[in-house]
Amino acid sequence: MENKYHLILEPGRSEKNYWADLWRYRELFYILSWRDVRVRYKQTVIGIIWAFLRPFLTMIVFTIVFGKVAGMKSVGSAPYAIMVFAGLLPWLFFSSAFSSASESLISNANLLGKVYFPRLIVPTSAIITSFVDFLLSFVILILLMAYYRYLPNFQMVCLPFFMFLAFLQSFGFGLYLAALNVKFRDFRYVVPFIVQIGLYISPVGFSSSVIPQQWKLLYYLNPMVSVIDGFRWCIIGDGAANPFTGYFALSLGITILILVYAIYKFRKMEKTFADLI
Amino acid sequence: MSDTIIKVEGLGKRYFIGHENQVSYTAMRDVIANNVKGFGKGIQRMFRNDASSSISGEEIEEFWALKDINFEVKKGETLGIIGRNGAGKSTLLKILSRITEQTYGRIEINGRLASLLEVGTGFHPELSGRENIFLNGAILGMSRTEIKTKFDDIVDFSGVEKFLDTPVKRYSSGMYVRLAFAVAAYLESEILIVDEVLAVGDAEFQKKCLGKMSDISNKEGRTVLFVSHNISAIKSLCSKAILLNQGTIAAIGNTSDIINKYITNKQVETDGIVILDPKLEANVTFTKIWINDKEGNPNSDIDVQNEFILGLEFNVLSYTKDTEITIVLSNTSGVNVLFSSLSDDNDKTFIELKPGSYCASISLKGNFLVPDMYTVRISAHYPNKLNIDTRENIFRFNIIETGSKMAIYGSSAKSWCCVMGGAEWNLQYNSLL
Repeated sequence: MENKYHLILEPGRSEKNYWADLWRYRELFYILSWRDVRVRYKQTVIGIIWAFLRPFLTMIVFTIVFGKVAGMKSVGSAPYAIMVFAGLLPWLFFSSAFSSASESLISNANLLGKVYFPRLIVPTSAIITSFVDFLLSFVILILLMAYYRYLPNFQMVCLPFFMFLAFLQSFGFGLYLAALNVKFRDFRYVVPFIVQIGLYISPVGFSSSVIPQQWKLLYYLNPMVSVIDGFRWCIIGDGAANPFTGYFALSLGITILILVYAIYKFRKMEKTFADLI
Repeated sequence: MSDTIIKVEGLGKRYFIGHENQVSYTAMRDVIANNVKGFGKGIQRMFRNDASSSISGEEIEEFWALKDINFEVKKGETLGIIGRNGAGKSTLLKILSRITEQTYGRIEINGRLASLLEVGTGFHPELSGRENIFLNGAILGMSRTEIKTKFDDIVDFSGVEKFLDTPVKRYSSGMYVRLAFAVAAYLESEILIVDEVLAVGDAEFQKKCLGKMSDISNKEGRTVLFVSHNISAIKSLCSKAILLNQGTIAAIGNTSDIINKYITNKQVETDGIVILDPKLEANVTFTKIWINDKEGNPNSDIDVQNEFILGLEFNVLSYTKDTEITIVLSNTSGVNVLFSSLSDDNDKTFIELKPGSYCASISLKGNFLVPDMYTVRISAHYPNKLNIDTRENIFRFNIIETGSKMAIYGSSAKSWCCVMGGAEWNLQYNSLL
C-alpha cells in the first residue's frame, strides 16, 4: 500500500506538498475568517452597526472637508459624497485588510506554535474578514446612490476586477509585513503609519484629476491610486477618467512584483515562525 | 513495503539564543544599535532575514536542542518519550508535527499525522462550545463533514452538552479541558502525537482520557507517540520508550527498562535544586530548596519505595525567637497533603535563631506519599500575625511508582488517597467459625 500521505522532512526542502496542503486545509480559510467575524462585535452594544457607521461617518467628514471647506470639484456630475465614497470603499478595504493581515501572525501566535498548517492561511483569512466588511459598506453605497437617484452603468461589471486588484495589493503588502512582524516587532508601529500616509497620497478625499501632470508618475507609483480610480470609473461612470489608460500598466506591474516578492519571502521565512514568535 | 511508519535519521535542531534579550523577537533598535557603523547594514540584515541574522551581533550563542536523533517507529506501536525538562521532548514533537524545521537530518513519515501538543489550541473564549468544536477541529485538520459526523460523540465524551451554546469563557477549567480533549480524541489519523495533555483535568477525566488513548493504540491499531511526565501513564500505554537527555537519545528500548533508567539517571545535577532570590527586606529569607534521593543526590524524581530528604536553606538577619518555618506539600489535585514545621521536633513553640545562614531539612520515608507530582510551599512567618517570606509554586517533585503496594490500583490511586502506610495493623486469629 503506497500511502498518499507519504512525507519526507528535510531542512531547506521546499515541500512539494505545500500547495496541496493549502488545498487540503482550505476550510481553515473560511473557519478563521468566520471566527474573526463572529468575535469582532462581541460585547459591543450596537454590534454590526459599527461596520456601517465607520465608513459612513468618514464619508461625511471627507465630503465636508474636501468638498465644502476645500471646495474641490467632484468627478463628472456625481455628487461629492458618492465620489468620496467610491474612493473610500477600496481604501477602507485595503487599509483594514493590510493592517489586520500584517498583525495576523502575531495575534495567532498560539496557533503557530502548536499546530501545523500552511501559514499563508492566516493573513489570507484576515483579508477575507476585511472583505466581509467591504460587502457591508457596499450596502451603504447602494443606499447612497438610491438617495441621490444616481443610476449605475455598465462599467460596474469591471468592479470585481478592481476589487481583485485591491485584494492582491493588500495581500502582497500584508503578507510581507506579517512575516517581518514576526521577527521585528517594530513593524507594528510602521503599519499604522503607512496606512495614515497612504490615505493622503491616495485619491480618497479628492479625485486624481487635481494632481498636476508633472507629479503623475510619482503619484502612480502608489498602486492603490489605480484601484481607487478604477472604482470611481466603475461607480460614477463616464465622467471619471478611464483607469486603463495612462499609468495602469505601472500599477499592475508594481502589484504583481510586490505579490511575487512577498510570497517568496513569506515562504522562506515561514519555517522559522514557530521559533521566533 | 515495510511496516516502518516513522523513520528519523540524524536529526538535529539548533537554536540561537541571544543573551541580552529576554524576548524572542527582535527590535529594530537592537539591530541598528549593534551596527552603529551603518544603519543601512542593520536594515539590510533585517530584510535579508536569514536564520542566523538573529538578535544582536556578538551575544548570539548557539544551542542544540536535539543532536543526532535516530529512531524508527513501526506501525501500530506506541512509543513513549521521556526525559527531564529541557531534554528536547517538545522540540522533537514539534519537528515531527512540522511546526518547526530541523537544522539537519531527515524524517520519513508514512501516514496521516495529527498532533496534539496542547488541548484546546485555537479555542476562542468568546465563542460557544459548539462553535469551538468546529474551530478547533478545523485547526487540527478535520473537515467540516468529518466533524459533523463525530459531533455527537465528541459532545458525549466531553459531557458538556448542557453548555454547548455558552461561550467557553464561562466554562470551568475542567469543562474546557474536557471539551478540548474530546475534539482531539476523535481526530482521524494513522499517527497521533500527544504531548503532556493528560496532565490536565480531574482524576476521573484523566482516567477516561487514558482509556481513550489506549483504545486508540490497541483497538484501532494506530501509531501513537506520547510524551508525559506521568510515568505510570507511559508504563500502561507504551510498549516502547525513548529516554532523551540533553538533546540526545540516552536509551531506547522496552518501557520498563527505560523507566528504570530514567529514575536512576543521576546525570542531571541541576534537577532537584532551586536557588531562590532572597527577599531583600525580610529578616528571614529563603535562598535554596533541594531534594535528595536515597543515595544523597539531588533528584526531583523519587522512587516511591525509597526515603528522601527535602531541604531548605535560609538566611537570618537579626536574632529572632518567634519565627516559624513551615513546609506544605500539595498534590496535583491541589490537596495539601502534608504540613511540617521547624518546631515539630521541639517542645518549645519556637526555635531561637541567631543571625546567619541555615540549612534545614525534613526526611520522609519510602512508601508514604502516594505517587503523584507534589508542589512545595515554604514559609517563614509569625504564626497568625505576619508573613515574612512565603514561596509558592517554586519547587516540584515527583514520586514515581516503581511497584509499591498501591501499584495495582494504577494511576488513579492519587485521586482517592494521599498517603499510604503509616498505620500499624494488628491481626489476631480468634477462633474457628
